[in-house]
Amino acid sequence: MAAAQSVPAARVSARGWGWRHASRKRWALRDLDLEIEPGERVLLLGASGSGKSTLLQALAGVLGGSEEGESEGELLIDGLPAVQARGRAGLVLQDPDSQVILARVGDDVAFGCENLGVPREEIWRRVPEALEAVGLELPLNWPTAKLSGGQKQRLALAGTLAMRPGLLLLDEPTANLDPEGVLAVRDAVARVIERTHSSLVVVEHRVDVWLPIVDRVIALSPEGVLLADGAPDVVLAKQATELADAGVWLPGARPPVLAQRGGPGPVFLSALDLTVGRRELGQPTPGFVREGLGFDVSAGTITALTGSNGSGKTTLALTLAGLLPPIGGEVVASLELRGELGGESRLRGEPGSGALRGRSSRNLGHSRRGRNTAYPIDWRSRNLLTRIGTVFQEPEHQFLARTVREELAVGPRALKLEDAEVGRRVDELLARLRLEALAAANPFTLSGGEKRRLSVATVLATAPRVLVLDEPTFGQDARTWAELVAILGGLAAQGSAIVTATHDQLLVEALADSEVRL
Amino acid sequence: MNIVTPAVTGVFGKVNPVAKLGSALLLAACLILTVDWVSAGTALVLELVLVPFLGIRPKVFWIRTAAVWIAAPLTGLTILLYGRASGTVYWEWLAIRVSDGSIDLAIATALRVLAIGLPAVVLFITIDPTDLADGLAQVWHLPSRFVLGALAGFRLVGLFIEDWRFLELARRARGVGDRGRLRRIPGMVFALLVLAIRRGSRLATAMEARGFGGPIQRTWARESKFGWREWLVLLVGLAIGLIAIAAAVGTGHWNFIVG
Repeated sequence: MAAAQSVPAARVSARGWGWRHASRKRWALRDLDLEIEPGERVLLLGASGSGKSTLLQALAGVLGGSEEGESEGELLIDGLPAVQARGRAGLVLQDPDSQVILARVGDDVAFGCENLGVPREEIWRRVPEALEAVGLELPLNWPTAKLSGGQKQRLALAGTLAMRPGLLLLDEPTANLDPEGVLAVRDAVARVIERTHSSLVVVEHRVDVWLPIVDRVIALSPEGVLLADGAPDVVLAKQATELADAGVWLPGARPPVLAQRGGPGPVFLSALDLTVGRRELGQPTPGFVREGLGFDVSAGTITALTGSNGSGKTTLALTLAGLLPPIGGEVVASLELRGELGGESRLRGEPGSGALRGRSSRNLGHSRRGRNTAYPIDWRSRNLLTRIGTVFQEPEHQFLARTVREELAVGPRALKLEDAEVGRRVDELLARLRLEALAAANPFTLSGGEKRRLSVATVLATAPRVLVLDEPTFGQDARTWAELVAILGGLAAQGSAIVTATHDQLLVEALADSEVRL
Repeated sequence: MNIVTPAVTGVFGKVNPVAKLGSALLLAACLILTVDWVSAGTALVLELVLVPFLGIRPKVFWIRTAAVWIAAPLTGLTILLYGRASGTVYWEWLAIRVSDGSIDLAIATALRVLAIGLPAVVLFITIDPTDLADGLAQVWHLPSRFVLGALAGFRLVGLFIEDWRFLELARRARGVGDRGRLRRIPGMVFALLVLAIRRGSRLATAMEARGFGGPIQRTWARESKFGWREWLVLLVGLAIGLIAIAAAVGTGHWNFIVG
């Protein structure tokens, strides 16, 4: 990377800078005065909505022109307005999937160079260099679709690096990754910075991941003005309360110790010699297959399904929830959970007893067996409501109504509850999950944390005895995280069974009674 | 993602996609000038003779072209029953009239769907989308902004399919999955649109962040070549079309479609 070192690090100056999105009344950021010296490594903190991403996008020159919003003051890179300094700053974003641009690894890294008009021979010199620097040594024609989330983020970093920026901007680059991916990306960034000596601004909620490689912390208030600026230990010590309120994960912060729950109650669900997988479009064999899984889900317990990205956690969770048919084996609901669905059953052994049925159902599709009340996959959709509730990883997938209030009423209405009861449940949940002020808002317009709270609330509205969640803490700030933990812990204490697919080790430590590792 | 994987990797797979596209267009242009069974039949026979030389596995060929094989007889059947009647009428029932004229037309049309559809599908399944985009921008000089935008956007299709499946599962989970499958579709389409716009704008930001759409003259990491192989592919497409026309004219079956 000898050539890369010759690129001088960039200087950033903001003078009374502000930005207001065209569709908003409020300024995302205002009166920002800031100097970042060449080679400085800055961690930018603040609550969601404090304008951190806006600042990074402005520095990268991708905020758009006057039709996108209004700006005031100056934002300069090396003395030039940031919009004119394209190529001096390289930006890596949060979502791994939407940053992959081309189908092959080499082409993807080359993309930025092409846009900067770098000659072909030079591009193909830079591509392998960049891939090596981020520790992604794969053939250049390797399909990008086969990369894990952490690899995709390192690919994006390589693509940015190949453009030889003097300023590296990272917008929550590890928020959507599993723990291994987080460290791999962080280490790749550290290595790159070590070699190029470029300036760095990273936005991230999880402070302890980035603390080792930054030398300055800047915090923005929820209103988008400068809150604190200085050496990491000084800022973190002085502003601890404000930062914690803003949802920042302070280093060493431990999850609250939850009240002890009683021992496990009756078994609700049993996985018996379960094989899970999903048929991809046009593929003859199901993907993400997990075989021979056997465990019980009991009242008053919290079960964590763990494993790296792509290990089949989501598939297992949705199979347990009665949404995906097992590829083999069975998910059996106990009589306890079935309730008035009755005890009609052709099973040889009852769940939890460990007695397996005499036949192998591996090759029997569920549709061919006809409906059997022992199998949640055979239940009617309405019968799932009070028994197994599912919180999807993407809240948008499960939103059905035009307002938050109507959204909460969907489940209770499907149960044909009386209006008064529906209203009572909705009001209670609005209060409990701090959604009252948003009751008339469209669910799709909420912030990430609000969407997560709403998606949990919609499921709680029908009081299911088993709650299945898929990565509930994915990309959430510390505040939403703590609220979720408190809710889940409370539900388990009241006798619900919780199953959650997660790669969040803190969540597992805070809550899980047992762990199914994939 | 299965739908974007090219079906061959041999020499034919390396031919510039622009040439394949051009070849299919030339052939189609010749065949839509006339509706008769001789020209379509001639073209179809020549095409089927060439297919084994393209290096496509037979199984892949049949699976990918299945739609054309199904569509052709169905089109023929429709014309047989409802096409313009002339000559002897063999059977009549309500609007259905099977006659000499409609029989001829049905055969000619079914063959034509095959003769135009098969090469189009075969040429297309051997195309790598990235190479096609390179060719369109470098050989045909289409604006790179649109070509590369479309190419990158195309990758999102897989994510949309995934979204749709989750939307369906979520409806079952929310207790509204028992009835009204059709009635739910508008709501799901709306949700998919919201997700699509969000993913699309994120992708656009990511592309802009890498300098896409800037004022600088773009370079190309991969050169899109157009050499003798490409001219040959174009020529073969044109030749099949011309031979088919010649056969039709020579046997007196030529029937110019306009007029």
